[in-house]
Amino acid sequence: MYPETLKYTKDHEWIAIGDGVGKVGITDFAQKQLGDVVYVELPDVGTVVTQGQAFGTIESVKAVSELFAPVSGEVVEVNDGLKDKPEQVNTDPHGAWMVAIRLASPAQAGELLSAAAYIDLVK
Amino acid sequence: MAQVESSTLRRTPLYARHVALGARMVPFGGWEMPVEYSGITDEHMAVRTRAGLFDVSHMGQIEVAGRDALAGIQRITSNDAAKLTIGQAQYAALTSERGSFVDDLLVYRLAEDHFLLVVNASNIEKDFAWIAQGVAVAGDAVAVNTSARYALIAVQGPASREVLQPLTGADLGMKYYWFATGEVAGVRATISRTGYTGEDGYEVFVAPAYAARVWDALIDAGRSVDLRPAGLGARDTLRLEAAMRLYGNDIDDTTSVLEADLEWIVSWTKGDFIGREALAAQKAAGVPRRLVGFEMSDRAIARHGYPVVIGNTPVGVVTSGTQTPFLKKAIGMAYVPASVAPEAEIAIDIRNRRVPARLVPLPFYKRPRK
Repeated sequence: MYPETLKYTKDHEWIAIGDGVGKVGITDFAQKQLGDVVYVELPDVGTVVTQGQAFGTIESVKAVSELFAPVSGEVVEVNDGLKDKPEQVNTDPHGAWMVAIRLASPAQAGELLSAAAYIDLVK
Repeated sequence: MAQVESSTLRRTPLYARHVALGARMVPFGGWEMPVEYSGITDEHMAVRTRAGLFDVSHMGQIEVAGRDALAGIQRITSNDAAKLTIGQAQYAALTSERGSFVDDLLVYRLAEDHFLLVVNASNIEKDFAWIAQGVAVAGDAVAVNTSARYALIAVQGPASREVLQPLTGADLGMKYYWFATGEVAGVRATISRTGYTGEDGYEVFVAPAYAARVWDALIDAGRSVDLRPAGLGARDTLRLEAAMRLYGNDIDDTTSVLEADLEWIVSWTKGDFIGREALAAQKAAGVPRRLVGFEMSDRAIARHGYPVVIGNTPVGVVTSGTQTPFLKKAIGMAYVPASVAPEAEIAIDIRNRRVPARLVPLPFYKRPRK
């Protein structure tokens, strides 16, 4: 359910890091809490985000939540496909990435949770 | 920890059914209610295209009886209850002296001198106190809070008659807003062709002790049409598509019946009632603001309390908003000054982002007539 290849945050985001760039999404646990996702509001490419700070918002029919950056860095890519198909966050939470961030400090990745630690958190 | 919180919430007789069906339970108006089972979108679509089953046992029932019961109802509500035949129901406002809403409710005429009022869960105590006092002034009429005597189950959707009819000997061909008594799954019931979804459907009143039996029978009977149990989440998106007002969101004791664009439930001809004078004065002077429908230009949801702006000026406030699964649009209702023209360019301030919207006529959705 929670891939070992991803790192996780206590705020229920995941990040897939490779080559100094991390793709960020929300976890299966988070999408279940939200219910049907209808809108994802994301920053523009070039925006600088800070670890632990909000970088966007996600809305379900029920609620609106902020998205928190797992790491600091610059947004180098945005998944525009979510604009028209936000329900991908529900159907494929660990595949539906939202932004790609070029890590300002690769050491920050070390502060994130492993799959096992995240499972402990949400169980 | 959660135990302590939930112990203060009331549970309907169907609580165990909801948990067994995997519902997500939430606090609502002092009750622990199912917000969703299979998902709001899935449940919403089931009601629009097939059938959905709702536990609305949290709703309150107040009965008014006595020789002057009709006079009492006429005094406290905005609509004309004298028009009701036995077996018929109507939507009305329980009005304050200011012409605002103490609550909105359905008035059922059970007998010549006996009425059943169905009120919002969170208002039961307030309404009962108001109604008991209000009808007593009219003469020989008493109010009894009978909420604990009823569980209420709603079957809603185009296939609802197909689901319910095999379980009852009562003829379900009554007109909308009429009701019948009979048995459902062997249980004494009042069956009303009403609902809060904008779809054809029925609401079934039964004694709480038999609620689970009726619920189970309906779940079974619904298999052939792929009926879904549906929660408060879908109930909210469905009622909003149909532009049915929600007390606490769209209407309350600060909004007048006319501002809420509900003049059709105000009888000017029936004689005096609480709030009539204020409403008549407002009608003569013109309402300062009115409830309107709008459609967003993108998918962001305008939620309760968000500002409505024209240019750089805040002019009003959103009362309800959602993204509708059936119409696939972000829609909402808001109060704006009466001077705002239907073609005005408005925007909703969504977390400091100005999202354009346009006014559209209500309701957003109207069920196809057969």
